[in-house]
Amino acid sequence: MRCRKLRMTVTNSFNRTSKERDAVVSAGPMLAADGTPLKKSLARALRVQKMRALLLIAPLLVFVLISFIAPIVDMLFRSVENQIVSDILPETVMALETWDGSGDQPPAEMAFEALYLDLFFATEKKLHTRLGSRLNYEITGAASLFRKTGRRIGRFGTDVLTSQIVAQSPELANVAAWQELMGDTETRSALPLTARTWDRWTEYLIQEGDDVATTPLEDIHFAALYFDLRDGVFATNARLPALDITNYETVRFRDEFASADDGWLDVEFWRTVQTYSPRYTPGYFLNAVDLKKDYDGIQPRPESQQIYVTLFGRTLSMSLVITLACLLLGYPVSWLLANLPARTANLLLILVLLPFWTSLLVRTSAWKVMLQQQGVVNDTLVWLGFVDDASRLIMMNNQTGTIIAMTHILLPFMILPLYSVMKTIPPSYVRAAKSLGATNWTAFWRVYFPQSVPGIGAGSILVFILAIGYYITPEIVGGTSGIFISNRIAYHISSSLNWGLAAALGTILLVAVLVLYWVYDRVVGIDNVKLGG
Amino acid sequence: MTEIPTNSAFLQFERVQKSYDGETLVVKDLNLSMPKGEFLTMLGPSGSGKTTCLMMLAGFETATHGEILLDRKPINHIPPHKRGIGMVFQNYALFPHMSVAENLSFPLEVRKVSKSDREGKVMRALEMVQMEEFDNRRPAQLSGGQQQRVALARALVFEPEVVLMDEPLGALDKQLREHMQFEITRLAHNLGITTVYVTHDQTEALTMSDRVAVFDDGRIQQLATPDQLYEEPENSFVAQFIGENNTLIGTVKSIAGKTGIVTLDNGEEIAAKMVNVSNVGDRTKVSIRPERVEFNRERLHADAHTLKAEVKEFIYMGDIFRFRLAVAGNEDFIVKTRNAPDAVKLAPGQKIEIGWLADDCHALDA
Repeated sequence: MRCRKLRMTVTNSFNRTSKERDAVVSAGPMLAADGTPLKKSLARALRVQKMRALLLIAPLLVFVLISFIAPIVDMLFRSVENQIVSDILPETVMALETWDGSGDQPPAEMAFEALYLDLFFATEKKLHTRLGSRLNYEITGAASLFRKTGRRIGRFGTDVLTSQIVAQSPELANVAAWQELMGDTETRSALPLTARTWDRWTEYLIQEGDDVATTPLEDIHFAALYFDLRDGVFATNARLPALDITNYETVRFRDEFASADDGWLDVEFWRTVQTYSPRYTPGYFLNAVDLKKDYDGIQPRPESQQIYVTLFGRTLSMSLVITLACLLLGYPVSWLLANLPARTANLLLILVLLPFWTSLLVRTSAWKVMLQQQGVVNDTLVWLGFVDDASRLIMMNNQTGTIIAMTHILLPFMILPLYSVMKTIPPSYVRAAKSLGATNWTAFWRVYFPQSVPGIGAGSILVFILAIGYYITPEIVGGTSGIFISNRIAYHISSSLNWGLAAALGTILLVAVLVLYWVYDRVVGIDNVKLGG
Repeated sequence: MTEIPTNSAFLQFERVQKSYDGETLVVKDLNLSMPKGEFLTMLGPSGSGKTTCLMMLAGFETATHGEILLDRKPINHIPPHKRGIGMVFQNYALFPHMSVAENLSFPLEVRKVSKSDREGKVMRALEMVQMEEFDNRRPAQLSGGQQQRVALARALVFEPEVVLMDEPLGALDKQLREHMQFEITRLAHNLGITTVYVTHDQTEALTMSDRVAVFDDGRIQQLATPDQLYEEPENSFVAQFIGENNTLIGTVKSIAGKTGIVTLDNGEEIAAKMVNVSNVGDRTKVSIRPERVEFNRERLHADAHTLKAEVKEFIYMGDIFRFRLAVAGNEDFIVKTRNAPDAVKLAPGQKIEIGWLADDCHALDA
């Protein structure tokens, strides 16, 4: 007792001295022994550690940034990006700004004139077919419209304008005169369309590596000059040779286009161009959920074109079925593995991991051999007399095939987290439950199962997320009714080349997974997910 | 060793054997009978078979041979959940996903006790271990000692007649352990529960139990009350295992009744009680407790044998002094004296004479 008292006094006196010391310092911030603020000196001491940690992760960080983060950002961007229309048809987009598309008439002559200029450059740069296929996603026939007209644009009767202008002012036939004219600021602002067209022209020639001075002039310059003189308010300010265009013979561009392809007179087409003229568009996303945006706003696509919502639904529901199947098959196996002696458990664990040693493609192809109508399973069933030879089971090229093959392939991803969590549940819990009077079932259900839930969570998330984005297996054994959304994404990436739609579908998939993850976190709690330990 | 009449036996092991691999016996021919209300401790080094015996009793292991009887009924083929035996596990095994109250109410729920009765019983059990304020906590929010109390309450809440405890205090610190030892014995005696307690801590065994069964090599080496076990060890394993012990090796020279003369290996002769040596010429280990060794000549009996000793080391332990001596070739001969005002402090190198009563000196098997 005396001894304890003594120790207490010692402690007290120690406290007092340290308090006194604090009191001396407490005037300012806490200082280290050398007088620098403690925080600063601590930060300096930790800096080396932090730097080392950063250096250790740097290679992976860079790799992930380049190979993972950047492509995802790019993909997200592609799903809304729509610069092709305004890049290739800048004048047309400008001309359509004021057009009211609610009527049943195509826009006025001005839009066709702008289209002529734009299409000239597009054809020169061979971009018109690309624009055609972009617009074809929104309105059928656009691709052939652009292709056909591209071939015809050189034969429009625009030389009438050129010859009339050159007749009045012969020096305009020289490139040098144009260069001088277009070098003058006042003239440029007086003739804006002519200036813009000239700039596009010189830019194009520089890109092609041609010399502006030696390349012959095109009709577009004279057409643009004619349009400016006709419509321009300040055209008189231009330092131009006197041109009187009042009695000119004109060109009806609308008719020229119509004679190339009467699709140009379709008001629907013009509405589409107007709708998709902004640089960013929700169009791909709308398309990805079977909607479309047209002049009247957002509305469902025709029934025959609605596939994505069904496909998303199927992907989700089949992934859920696969996850459930994996859980039902994997849980007992994991339990057995966790409760066997280490030697046997390791051997069995190798058997579980064995599928990883074969290529995914080989495994899936093996399922093809197993499941087809003349395959191993059907042959066996027929031989055993369970199934009539005439009515062999169809287990492939449908959802059944996808579910069977994918359950098999994803099973290890369920078993491993379950196993590692079950390994940490001491057998004494179930023993305690039994000693307290619980039957085997009650002990399992009330005591063992709740503790294995983190493993179920981890395994299910893993399997579900892997399943939702699976591609190869549904592609091989899924037929048409058993394919997933990722097969459609792959199709748009490699076959239809509609990368915007593929990006939108991918983004929706990504968001869906994140939302599910969030919901899971809310319901079960992500802290309850354990991959072991 | 006290013989318990078979008719009062509440819990019995009859010629029980257990083998896990079919080659070696973990438990060899175990016979044990306990009257109702007894607190019996199974004490032994790890691997001695004590935990296996407990597991057989609880029903988690089946006996390879022999019968276990509870209240004269064989229970070998009764599954654990029907045995009605409460058990406290080494790491408490409190269900981590249930609150304290839910843990306690679990055995009552599975016994279909009505909700109102359950609540009363749970609260009474918690009061019994002074944990009534913690009913809503999760086990992870409790300290080791509190978890221990809850585990105890859970094993008692369904009023079992037998409670098994598998090293329940192993994870607690010394002070708490001593306190819980007292609590557990108090509860067990107050409730009249038959308790089988497994430990490898001999102090725990001695302080808590009515009787202690010392296990080694799959057999009970001695079954006796704590004082008998300490003072009258039946063989050299028990003498070595229980408490601190000094051993001198020699040969039996002569036997006269219960006592005899042992010639030590260095030629000196001492008198000793013959415990499990019966023939002249047998090798023997003579065992003397450190606190029974006297070096104060005035306190020695006139007829006491004395041996020459040299002090090797002095260890100050607060309440006692501990000396390491070299005696008859044994360099680890320990002597303890109480730190009394008149206690003698011996210095290393000092040559002294030591002695003891012949009764305190047991000649055991070599």
